[in-house]
Amino acid sequence: MAIQKNAYISAKVFDEDVEQQPTRNGYGEGLLEAGEKYENVVALCADLTESTRTEAFAKKFPERFFEVGVAEQNMNTIAAGLGISGKIPFVASYATFSPGRAVEQIRTTIAYNDSNVKIAGHHAGISVGPDGATHQALEDVAIMRAMPNMRVIVPADAEEARKATLEAVKIKGPVYLRFAREKTPVFTTKKTPFRFGRAEIFFKAAKPKVAIIAAGPILHNALIAANELKKEKINTVVINCHTVKPLDEKTILKVVKEVDAVVTVEEHQVLGGLGGAIAELLAKEMPKKMGFIGMQDCFGESGSPEELIKKYGMDTVAIKKKVKEVLKS
Amino acid sequence: MLRLNSSKEAELYAKANQIRQDIINTLVEAGSGHSAGPLGMADIFAALYFHVLNHDPGNPNWEDRDRLLVSNGHICPVQYVTMAHAGYFPKEELLTLRKLDSRLQGHPHRTSLAGLETTSGPLGSGLSQAIGVALAGELDEKRFWTYCICSDGEQNEGNFWEAVMFAGKRKMRRLTAIMDRNNIQIDGHTEDIMPLEPLRAKYEAFNWHVLEIDGHNIEAFVDAINESKAIYEKPTMIIAHTIPGKGVSFMEGDYQWHGKPPKPDEAKIALKELRTLEGRIVSEHE
Repeated sequence: MAIQKNAYISAKVFDEDVEQQPTRNGYGEGLLEAGEKYENVVALCADLTESTRTEAFAKKFPERFFEVGVAEQNMNTIAAGLGISGKIPFVASYATFSPGRAVEQIRTTIAYNDSNVKIAGHHAGISVGPDGATHQALEDVAIMRAMPNMRVIVPADAEEARKATLEAVKIKGPVYLRFAREKTPVFTTKKTPFRFGRAEIFFKAAKPKVAIIAAGPILHNALIAANELKKEKINTVVINCHTVKPLDEKTILKVVKEVDAVVTVEEHQVLGGLGGAIAELLAKEMPKKMGFIGMQDCFGESGSPEELIKKYGMDTVAIKKKVKEVLKS
Repeated sequence: MLRLNSSKEAELYAKANQIRQDIINTLVEAGSGHSAGPLGMADIFAALYFHVLNHDPGNPNWEDRDRLLVSNGHICPVQYVTMAHAGYFPKEELLTLRKLDSRLQGHPHRTSLAGLETTSGPLGSGLSQAIGVALAGELDEKRFWTYCICSDGEQNEGNFWEAVMFAGKRKMRRLTAIMDRNNIQIDGHTEDIMPLEPLRAKYEAFNWHVLEIDGHNIEAFVDAINESKAIYEKPTMIIAHTIPGKGVSFMEGDYQWHGKPPKPDEAKIALKELRTLEGRIVSEHE
């Protein structure tokens, strides 16, 4: 079995009836748990309390929840003040607005200031769908990754999102967490390891020729593609690289050493995100032929998530094609 | 209630004068930096650090200290000089301002220097941070006061008004903002660049208590602080009317001194004016 045993992936990972939940639900659950566990966890939201799943925390801990209205710059800077005063603030809005609109405030008052703020960017990726390009955050990982002191985590499903949210509390300093709007397969389980800063091998066929490195719910497409490729006798290894910064260089280099080529998969621009991070590492340490699945330096548009994922080349067909391409060249 | 007797008041004015002289010395050595704002705020900084703030320079992280956040970080020369005078760090270190490896960054950086409450410089974000600090104090049931110094020019920033709205909504009584109303910003006079008036009415409309004072009258400033502490239902904005470049005749009121330091020959004149209290007393130095 190519699925790695120690990853404790759901037995239904490739089934039609695999459980579906948006990663933002995991944020909501994780935040509530964090609130119960840690008294100094507080939450802020910019008029999107239900949508960002901040609601449960807000109801349970009204005195530790701050509604700032539609004001993402204010939300982040208030959080900066809380974060330097012993609190662990989680701020939530759509990623196009936070970090998007508040980039300078985040850079100066959170990152440079080393304030203990956790920024939850919701509705990230093209799968936001019908709302269109204005609401599809596709540059957030690149922006946040470039900031000193900032950590970047992109959970692959709701369960991992819950773990990542809880884990963020333990990290001293700024963290960016990226969540999606749409329901996506929950294919990790409570037993699946989540270690901040560590990449996990989820799938490995014998003597793999290509490493597929993915982050976020799109990782599920990568796993399906890898499984189908195996049936075509094209063996790959799939890494869940949920922590885009700091990158788990050791695991990635160890895996890449065994293969001929690498394909990165992300619901983000191919410039500066996970693909960029891997390319930087490999250019330095172990140059390999690479392929990049993601937004090809363009904006999205309205449509259903499935239509958009297909049109912009992030579906399983596109991933398989890319793997074959990098193998050929 | 902070009482101010006449000997303390005289001491604070003398301190403000020393601070102004050290601002000039520091800026000349740095070779870049802002002159007008720091000189204009010297009286208020002297009053804050030597009379108003409940703080301990020997224990800058004391958890019950009052918090002073400076939103308009570019006026940091006045904060650094005042902090050095108060004993946060040796005065000689002032000459490292803006130089490599210095704790005194061109704009204040919290983790570089103990005693700085936050990092600032990019305008418009200090009040929100002060709100966050004050909220943490509320949650922890602390009695400390949070002060935020801001400029008039930064009232142009949207972020600032988001903060004003929020503090009004939350009726944040342990929060006092002090605006350096010196009427200048980089490109000219505030009312030409982006009219701010009527400022008082604006703040009142956002449910703030507003006080207007002469920012060079220390007694009036201390009275305003006392009044702000007596207001239980609102945050307070003290609009302090100041003269940019105060104490140096050729800088006073001239917006062109916003962002540049004096040259050595200009500094000599400036220091003489300050030492002689603008010619009213004789200076022993030349």
